[in-house]
Amino acid sequence: MSKILLLAAALAVAPSAVFAGETVTAANAPATVAIHNFQFVPATLTVVAGTTITWQNDDSSPHTVTEKGRVFHSAALDTKETFSYTFTKPGEFTYFCTLHPMMTGRIIVEPAGSSS
Amino acid sequence: MAKRDDREGRSGLDRRGLLKCMTWAGTGVLWTVSAGVPRTMGLIGEASAATTHAGRLHFVQISDSHIGFHLPPNPDPNATLGEAIAKIKAMPVEPAFLVHTGDISHLSKEAQWDTADQIIKGANKQVFYIPGEHDVADADNGKAYLARYGKGTQGRGWYSFDVAGVHFVALINVFDFNPGFKSAGLATLGNDQLEWLEKDLAHRSASTPIVVLAHLPLWTIYQPWGWGTADAGRAFGYLKRFGSVTVLNGHIHQIIQKVEGHVSFHTADSTAFPQPAPGTAPAPGPKKDVPAGELRKYLGVRTVDFVRGRAGAPALIDSPLAV
Repeated sequence: MSKILLLAAALAVAPSAVFAGETVTAANAPATVAIHNFQFVPATLTVVAGTTITWQNDDSSPHTVTEKGRVFHSAALDTKETFSYTFTKPGEFTYFCTLHPMMTGRIIVEPAGSSS
Repeated sequence: MAKRDDREGRSGLDRRGLLKCMTWAGTGVLWTVSAGVPRTMGLIGEASAATTHAGRLHFVQISDSHIGFHLPPNPDPNATLGEAIAKIKAMPVEPAFLVHTGDISHLSKEAQWDTADQIIKGANKQVFYIPGEHDVADADNGKAYLARYGKGTQGRGWYSFDVAGVHFVALINVFDFNPGFKSAGLATLGNDQLEWLEKDLAHRSASTPIVVLAHLPLWTIYQPWGWGTADAGRAFGYLKRFGSVTVLNGHIHQIIQKVEGHVSFHTADSTAFPQPAPGTAPAPGPKKDVPAGELRKYLGVRTVDFVRGRAGAPALIDSPLAV
């Protein structure tokens, strides 16, 4: 079961707080994608299975993080709000912003234990 | 060809007579276009004094109130929506109703819609709503909007109604965006809605004036920013036989208009904040560098005025909150 965490804007993005009680190893250390000037940065991010990725909206416009098959889908993120999703299985996920569908990004999840 | 109604030239008319660009500014002149020939209807005061409600359908479009927005250039969109409503209440000709062409809220939150409802209620008029993509941006893909505003509508919120011989069609193009993986992500109407539209129009006389409401522009204004609707062409296939089709859109927070045959297209000002002209910034979004004293020049409301017995398009007046 995947874990989805939607964090309030006021909540600091502190991985140790977010994942309190979990073992954060180098292999699945949290990764971040910035949403900046109507772009996902980096547009393509490669992680290993088990990694939690957090998107933070740095724009004054709200954005969503929506996988094209709705594997994951955030509500609209206001400025400085974040959305997190844990990728448990290897694969390639393309996603976009439903408010600005020209904004697209890609997450490549490699099997745990593979070099990344 | 789309013709932009640039701010400096708001009172100007397109030389080709394609643009039904009308403005009032204090004692401004009301322009209309009949058979492609612009003519004045006299000063606003004269026009309104000379006209009664009889034989006339007069309504107001507001758009993109974005209640919940809180950043430059407008930290208080409640106030500017309130000013828009006050402007409507002060109009010399009372509108029959209002239409709101979407993005009522900024983030699809009940509290934002509550606030919008409270402010808009001040106009004391019936309001016909359609959602913007900001109104269906909850994690449940528009469930909250449809529960609140979608009663009695078809499919995912579309509907039609008739007033004074004018047929209104409210279309929804804020679901099912095409992600821009290979090309720009344009809006879509979708097959279900288009089939409904075909049936809705099928039995109507071609002389029935049609008003189409939709949030995103029903023509492609600027593809790199997704300002268009991919399958709008099919809708216009059903609409082309009508003698007067007026399309009222929101979404882009600025007025851009064009006429194609019997169809006129008009995007509207926001009541909250302007966006950059197409392609003039790296991305769309709030135009942040508007001086505080200038903001209200970029915000406004639109009146739409059908005069019964006179064939053709209605007269539109775009009225900024401040001049």
